[in-house]
Amino acid sequence: MLLQYRVAALAGFVTQIFWGLVRMMVVEGFYSASSASPLITLEQAVTYIWLGQGFFRMIPWTADQEIVQKVRDGSVAYDLVRPMDLYWAWYCRALAMLSAPTLMRAAPLLTIAWSFFGLQKPASLAHFLAWLPSMGLGLLLSAAIVTTVSLSLFWTISGEGVSKLLPAAVWMFSGMVVPLPFLPDRLRMILELLPSSSIIDTPFRIYMGQYTPEQFMPHILLQAFWTLALVLLGKAALARGVRRLVVQGG
Amino acid sequence: MPQIVVEDLVKTYRVSERAAGIWGALRGVISRREREVHALAGISFSIEAGELVGYIGPNGAGKSSTLKILSGILVPDSGRCSVLGRTPWEERLAHVAQIGVVFGQRTQLWWDLPVIESFSLIGEIYRVKSQLLQKTLNDMIELLDLRSILDVPVRQLSLGQRMRCDLAAALLHSPPILFLDEPTIGLDAQAKLAVRDVVRGLNRERRVTVILTTHDLDDIEALCSRVILISSGKILFDGALDALRTKISPDRHLIVDLVEENAVPEDCEARLIHKDGHRATLAFDPRQVSAAELIARITKRHPVRDLFVENPPIEELIATLYRSEAS
Repeated sequence: MLLQYRVAALAGFVTQIFWGLVRMMVVEGFYSASSASPLITLEQAVTYIWLGQGFFRMIPWTADQEIVQKVRDGSVAYDLVRPMDLYWAWYCRALAMLSAPTLMRAAPLLTIAWSFFGLQKPASLAHFLAWLPSMGLGLLLSAAIVTTVSLSLFWTISGEGVSKLLPAAVWMFSGMVVPLPFLPDRLRMILELLPSSSIIDTPFRIYMGQYTPEQFMPHILLQAFWTLALVLLGKAALARGVRRLVVQGG
Repeated sequence: MPQIVVEDLVKTYRVSERAAGIWGALRGVISRREREVHALAGISFSIEAGELVGYIGPNGAGKSSTLKILSGILVPDSGRCSVLGRTPWEERLAHVAQIGVVFGQRTQLWWDLPVIESFSLIGEIYRVKSQLLQKTLNDMIELLDLRSILDVPVRQLSLGQRMRCDLAAALLHSPPILFLDEPTIGLDAQAKLAVRDVVRGLNRERRVTVILTTHDLDDIEALCSRVILISSGKILFDGALDALRTKISPDRHLIVDLVEENAVPEDCEARLIHKDGHRATLAFDPRQVSAAELIARITKRHPVRDLFVENPPIEELIATLYRSEAS
């Protein structure tokens, strides 16, 4: 009965490996052709790419489709007549939807990448120990972004707009397409302050040792700050949204 | 102290309009016409604990808007509303723990889960103690005859089965107040009877206050001691069903099946309103002439095969009321 899920998981897995290899080759091309000295070594870049492939599903790609549907057809009414804090209910949904596929995919993919394709171990034990909470914060932040985007539906109803803009923005600014260390300095420095870099870029750079232990705290604090800010933003949006909400349909 | 008090509720929706077709769509990008729809134009009523109120009116009259405000999911533009002493939209969480809501056109059950799992989830959300939940659940299973469908995923239930499950789901936390928005919509006769039985039982035995909107006036006739009739956001009538009848038209109908097809039954105190073959329908005012007297007079003059007295269908009454209101 669950065959289709298994096939889908396997297919996703193979795709992820394939794209990882392609991106790895592109980066190797860059390094052999460029004379400038990049911010990170080739080994680090490859590690960054494989981590990206492993945690691909942790990125806030889209609003929660079930909530999109609920707001459109008005069955959100039932969520509102239950004695639960809608924000945390939706936040937990987002967290589950991001973490379940990530957990399923990350471990086997990273094992394979480490065995065959040049994924390196964490730079040190200290880096590894800092990477864990940083990764966790990235996940919490990602869930907060998904929830905030879902909440924006109270205003736009259809969600078409954000569903198109969000992937473009996170592709570009999270480091998923081009690792942020490759970007021009000025752009990179701006992006490093924005929430998008707190999702995967910060934990990856801790893992591969580009950040020194003295830099851990400020970066992790910045992640925590953005997570908190987005949660508060979402909660405020919900409080306002519920007041102006019109439950669609008779 | 009434359990539910509503004073002067006003709710206006903005509906944006655009003309049909591609030009209409293009024009809509530049300037959008907005029209205000007055869903509620000052509604007031109060309901005591243990009442069973039928809330009726044509489509778009404001029935659902009222129920949504009472459930705390819609904020009115102005007016006051208090349910068990709370303003629903201001203390939503405390408020919704005390009410059960069924929106007949939607389901609150999880589409892919077996019914029983939806029930346990809802029990968790309302933090019902597991012992109490089990007891309520057993009552509901008995009352609504759910045993055979508990393990079926919701998507595979028929509409009648689903509605019974939804009703059970709304009652798991034993709310003292129940709002039912068209609970019998689309159901067959038997399922309607089951739903009515449960609602009546809850009201009589557990003194649950019920507000019920419906288009099926048999529901009203079978259940409600009190009717609130609204149209275009205003209350046209609030009182007992009998009083509604008397207010609009006190007439009752005597239906006679005559032996002779051509005979025309006449009486000075009754009007012939319909004649179809052997069957004649006479309207009379019971305050002027009793049914027994009228029947005696008619059977004396004409050989009669069968006869019966009935109240005019409530649809007719309401149609009359709408017409008189419009003119």
